[in-house]
Amino acid sequence: MYVAVKGGETAIARSWDLLAAARRGDSALAELSLGQIRQQLRLAVARVMQEGSLYDEELAALALKQAAGDTVEAVFLLRAFRTTLPRFASSKPLDTAAMRVRRRVSGTFKDVPGGQILGPTADYTQRLLDFSLGDNSDVPPCALADSGVPQPLPSVLEVLAAEGLIEAEQPLPGDPEPADLTRQPLMFPADRATRLQNLARADEGWLLGLAYSTQRGYAESHPFAGEIRMGEVSVSVCPEELGFDIDIGEITLTECQMINQFAGSKTAPPQFTRGYGLSFGEAERKAMAMALVDRSLRAEELGEAAHAPAQQQEFVLYHSDNVEASGFVQHLKLPHYVDFQAELSLIRTLRAQATSSAVQEANHD
Amino acid sequence: MTETCHSQWQYNFAFLDENTKRMLRRALLKAVAIPGYQVPFGSREMPLPYGWGTGGIQLTASIIGQDDVLKVIDQGADDTTNAVNIRRFFARVTSVATTSSTAAASLIQSRHRIPETPLRPGQIMVFQVPEPEALRTLEASEVETRKLHAHQEYGLMHVKLYEDIARFGHIATSYDYPVMVNQRYLSSPSPIPKFDNPKLHMSPALLLFGAGREKRLYAIPPHTRVESLAFEDHPFTVQRWEQACALCGSHDSYLDEIITDDAGARMFVCSDTDYCQQQQESKA
Repeated sequence: MYVAVKGGETAIARSWDLLAAARRGDSALAELSLGQIRQQLRLAVARVMQEGSLYDEELAALALKQAAGDTVEAVFLLRAFRTTLPRFASSKPLDTAAMRVRRRVSGTFKDVPGGQILGPTADYTQRLLDFSLGDNSDVPPCALADSGVPQPLPSVLEVLAAEGLIEAEQPLPGDPEPADLTRQPLMFPADRATRLQNLARADEGWLLGLAYSTQRGYAESHPFAGEIRMGEVSVSVCPEELGFDIDIGEITLTECQMINQFAGSKTAPPQFTRGYGLSFGEAERKAMAMALVDRSLRAEELGEAAHAPAQQQEFVLYHSDNVEASGFVQHLKLPHYVDFQAELSLIRTLRAQATSSAVQEANHD
Repeated sequence: MTETCHSQWQYNFAFLDENTKRMLRRALLKAVAIPGYQVPFGSREMPLPYGWGTGGIQLTASIIGQDDVLKVIDQGADDTTNAVNIRRFFARVTSVATTSSTAAASLIQSRHRIPETPLRPGQIMVFQVPEPEALRTLEASEVETRKLHAHQEYGLMHVKLYEDIARFGHIATSYDYPVMVNQRYLSSPSPIPKFDNPKLHMSPALLLFGAGREKRLYAIPPHTRVESLAFEDHPFTVQRWEQACALCGSHDSYLDEIITDDAGARMFVCSDTDYCQQQQESKA
């Protein structure tokens, strides 16, 4: 006998208990501290801060712990917290030229003023599992460099800009305040600042796939990694009541300046163009993918044929947000009894019609 | 220090801050003034997933008051998991009274159904909407669909319905059946079965629609004409069942089909659990 589905509340409460128990795992093992997550899973923390649009390592570590390491779920948790926070001020534009650089590489020149600085990167490791990490052995101390990195470190693209070979990067006339996509809906056509904001929050996997597609013939843009730099940048605000800038701290950023070919148009001579990527933390994959997609989305502005998915604003920007995408894909888990019932009776009607008309045709023959 | 701060974190009444609620109410006023028009709004990130009712939750949060009595349903039922979760969310962040009774509720948030019990003046229904754009399956670009609405250019939809008739002999849309609101805007009634469409027409209650992920809201004010699209020679019809509800015996309600054993035996029961219970009690 059918029993009406009652007791949903109790079942939900029990699912919470099970989730908490599964998160903790074997209680004989020590519990992860937020400090450990911040220190030892720093790249996961950076990604959650970046896609969660909130620079707070402690909260990002908490979100990762609560989400049991599921990055997209952690981003979701952080965003749902961020949404309630009051806005005290907007920061002044960050000066990445003044970055205290820990890593800077260029793919366009063998040597650049200030040199290539490798920094803490896995790029030149052999990807062999390091079994010594499995037994908690101590890491030998890291020797300090003989000399520090020059501050400030000149930007590689300055060299090209001085010769006029690369487009100037100028703010729009009047330097309008950028939109805040967490407060205003995304509308089209979206200007570059709005697009970059969307891409900064975008899922790294989505950007990576799109960027890759531009390299494989869907919107070829002939990119070179002009400069990638990573390090610390000061954040300052100018409170209205004070009227002067104050530093409120520093954040770790990765910036990518991509250089792309441009054959020229009626109004512009042939020159290099730019794609730009910026991300919290050490996040070169994200910054580089973002720079490629930024450039491909400039197709219309530069008078190029926009035929590839990565060149279409609505396609790229409407589907970039992993919290939106994850929610909507997974909403299919919700009950759809009512709609399914409607479709069920429709398909029965259509099948009955198809069968009877097939019988009629057979008789006719 | 931060940990002490965060552990004592207090959310505002109904979760959203007052400025956000004001922004939402302004957008709702515009929506009521232009029935069926999709108003873009600064949808917030909610602590429930997109696609799970974030639009409806934001609308409810922006209009709910201390004295409201809230009912939340999904597929017509009060105790489906997501309805339970949304109801618990509002109980947690507002402490308002909740109910499963349609008659007792001042505010009803729903996914995919309009209650069988007729709504009355003063009640507000909030619909959760996955895709607010009725033309989306026919035109993927938002830039284009906004133009089509501006010009009241709905030929695409009429052609689609005509092609259904040419191919199947009738219109093959069974839910989220397009409606014309106030003889001006083509609108999605949200994925309610077309069975519920007639309840939208001249409803005494205020009907609000929220799409959080798509960042659009719209409204059907009380006593507004709502017409389900059809042709003169192919009038609009709703689903009917040969069976009555196996639990309450109702012939007039929307029925869910439930498979009861491995051999495919099935029974039909009301999708509206509150209505079904009222019917059973009135017969007992």
